[in-house]
Amino acid sequence: MSKVQTTLQKVEAGLARRRRKEKTFRVLGILATAVGVLFLGVFFATLIAEGASAFRQTFMQMDVELREDVIAPGGELDLVYADFDGLVRTSLREQFPDVSGRGDRRQLYRIVSAGAGYQLRDMVEASPELIGTMQTVWVPAASNVDMLVKGNIDPAIDESLRPLSDKQIGWINTLQEAGKLERRFNVALFTNGDSREPELAGIRGAAMGSLYMLIVTIVLSFPIGAAAAIYLEEFAPKSRWSDLIEVNINNLAAVPSIVFGLLGLAVFINWMGLPRSAPLVGGLVLTLLTLPVIIIASRAAIQAVPPSIREAALGLGASQMQVVFHHVLPLALPGMLTGTIIGMSRALGESAPLLMIGMVAFIVDVPGGFTDPSTALPVQIYLWADSPERAFAERTSAAIIVLLGFLLLMNLAAVIVRKRMERKW
Amino acid sequence: MQSTTLILLLGLMSIAAFYFGRRRSLALVGGPGHGSALHSLPGYYGYYVVVWVALPALALLLIWVLVEPRIVVALVIRGLPLSYQDLSAGELNLLVNNIRNLAAGDVTSVNVDAVLQNAADRFNGYVAKSRQLLAVLAVGMAGLGGTIAWQRIDPDLRARNRVESVVRLMLIAASSIAILTTIGIVLSVLFEAIRFFQKVPLTEFLFGLNWSPQTAIRADQVGSSGSFGAVPLFTGTLLITGIAMVVAVPVGLMTAIYLAEYSSNRVRAIAKPLLEVLAGIPTVVYGFFAALTVAPWVRQAGESVGISVASESAMAAGLVMGIMIIPLVSSLSDDAINAVPSTMRDGALGLGSTRSETMTKVILPAALPGIVGGILLAVSRAIGETMIVVMAAGLAANLTANPFEAVTTVTVQIVTLLVGDQEFDSAKTLAAFALGLMLFVVTLVLNIVGLSFVRKYREQYE
Repeated sequence: MSKVQTTLQKVEAGLARRRRKEKTFRVLGILATAVGVLFLGVFFATLIAEGASAFRQTFMQMDVELREDVIAPGGELDLVYADFDGLVRTSLREQFPDVSGRGDRRQLYRIVSAGAGYQLRDMVEASPELIGTMQTVWVPAASNVDMLVKGNIDPAIDESLRPLSDKQIGWINTLQEAGKLERRFNVALFTNGDSREPELAGIRGAAMGSLYMLIVTIVLSFPIGAAAAIYLEEFAPKSRWSDLIEVNINNLAAVPSIVFGLLGLAVFINWMGLPRSAPLVGGLVLTLLTLPVIIIASRAAIQAVPPSIREAALGLGASQMQVVFHHVLPLALPGMLTGTIIGMSRALGESAPLLMIGMVAFIVDVPGGFTDPSTALPVQIYLWADSPERAFAERTSAAIIVLLGFLLLMNLAAVIVRKRMERKW
Repeated sequence: MQSTTLILLLGLMSIAAFYFGRRRSLALVGGPGHGSALHSLPGYYGYYVVVWVALPALALLLIWVLVEPRIVVALVIRGLPLSYQDLSAGELNLLVNNIRNLAAGDVTSVNVDAVLQNAADRFNGYVAKSRQLLAVLAVGMAGLGGTIAWQRIDPDLRARNRVESVVRLMLIAASSIAILTTIGIVLSVLFEAIRFFQKVPLTEFLFGLNWSPQTAIRADQVGSSGSFGAVPLFTGTLLITGIAMVVAVPVGLMTAIYLAEYSSNRVRAIAKPLLEVLAGIPTVVYGFFAALTVAPWVRQAGESVGISVASESAMAAGLVMGIMIIPLVSSLSDDAINAVPSTMRDGALGLGSTRSETMTKVILPAALPGIVGGILLAVSRAIGETMIVVMAAGLAANLTANPFEAVTTVTVQIVTLLVGDQEFDSAKTLAAFALGLMLFVVTLVLNIVGLSFVRKYREQYE
């Protein structure tokens, strides 16, 4: 009797301590979960705080006289050699007539973007009848002006510590008071290729490069991945060979992506002689990278088709091939597509292997085909993140927002495909 | 003819082949009503002809695309004056590049002389001729194959079996690509690595303490010794991986435990997808965040307690990498925990243990192999991670265990050695492949061991 008593006492004596432990454990669990979620919150908050302003950009109103003697000397339009920058400068000088001295003037010229001249040229090219008239145009302001207007450059700090001089800030204030500075939607971010001038730099070139790569990747990886999965699930005899393939695929899925870049460099570029920096090569590398993901997902989708379907079809006299292609494949297709979309979103975010095959160059032109030199969206982010200019940090965040937007859309598509087409057995 | 038009043409021929093959099979037995007299369904006779039209032509196209550039270049070089042909391989390569650029109408890096212009013209001529030849051959082969197949159609022809065996071969080929990829990886890094070890002894690479891959361009250059001791890279990689694991393993494991055992369904429904978002963020984005947000924080925090922190400290890169790996650890741990039979849990709870005691004393020991396997996979992921360390870790090879100093990693060095134009036989470039080989072997071993742990453990309870 006393024995039972003591056991109960023992248990009760330890109870408080055990409950405390239980509580601590639980709190630890909550904390751990919170770490991930909290990071996500901080991450998106800083990203949006940093990048949202890049979608709007400061423009400057100018009155430019498209002087015939500059653009079309002798009555002949010469778009290549005409000094449109000179027109911009003249207009600036007229706006601030009291600025004199070479140094001051040079400072004055720097508040307008180097793209202003090109904008005038495009304008004249589109409508030559404007030559000789006075035009009021909105041109992009230099990136430092943009940064000042957005409050990223502090005018209160010492002159030597900021990229704009006191005089330049004075002129900018004058313009601002006259209503000649305005923030507008940053079209250049979506229509231009890369540029050394932040206010002219855009992601179109990189986005097109990514698009071409994804086209190559999806055209190759979906059929190959689906075929491999079908073979391994439906036809492969249980042999060492199929075991080897299986182990292989699982391992390939975990090989670091940069190793695939080395493979691409050695095989596609050095051995096959395909061009460097081309979306074609990038697409091939990403195909090899995403194949394991797609094969694994497709196999799972095929496994999920109940064997009764196969048996019924076989019983009605279908050949094994007919069973697979007429019955199993249509039923497994939604799962395969979901896996493919997930694989594609992984490919879209991948950058390390692309660095290896030379898709990391400074490329201004928007690529027009599969063998044109280009970069990709994530690589553009990497390139911009390395730039020292303050304005590029903002654009990097904006590019990240765009990239994450695309990824979100793809994942959403995957979810929709799964929800819409999935069948429960 | 452009290869796209050629492919389009072959596609049209295939469609026609299907139509005619199907029609002939039906015509032979006397119309659509008598299809049962055929061995296979009429469509299979159509596919049979398609196989003969498309496959040989496509194979020819593939071979042509791979071989043509070499032959054209060889022909162009043979047509050059002898003084040009005696150039070294590197210079000749440059010359060919210039000829190519000239032929494409781009700007070349040298002044264009008559020889070069002539060569470019001949280059274009050869390419045009080769394309014509290809078009004629491909269409001819397709037509010939189609006609032969069409004539061989017979009610007794086992068309379905023939077509199916072709399809089967294609399926096998597709599944072999995984093997080919592995072989390609092994061969490509192995060959270059062997060339590297001919220049630099293996022992120096594995045990040397000094890494400065800048080889001297001139013989009398100072300070560019070109030493390839990779130990500082290995320790740097391990340091950052270690920091990442210190973050990811406890957090990931506790998250998995909390979500599996404690949280309400509502919390789980929200927290799980959020963690999956964490796994879906591209690594370059993590790198940007590490370099521009976390690194300054770490620096400030360090300075406020009086530690001097390098601006590219191992800490910042490791912390962010740890966050990145949390979802991997937590999902693999979740799998392991869920695979433990519920009878074990119920038994422990029934004996009066608290939930935390059930977890730490019964479920975790039972799930340990699976969790360890998952951690090994996470380590392999951390070692191979590139963008975060490229953007947030340093370039200088420091042999240190201080997490607040800048260290460099294997992947960072591969990237810095290979980005940009390089001559392909310098020790510097080849060193990247030797590092790649190390990386591949180490991650492969970790993956194989990790996966076999995970799998064996799963089978144990099934």
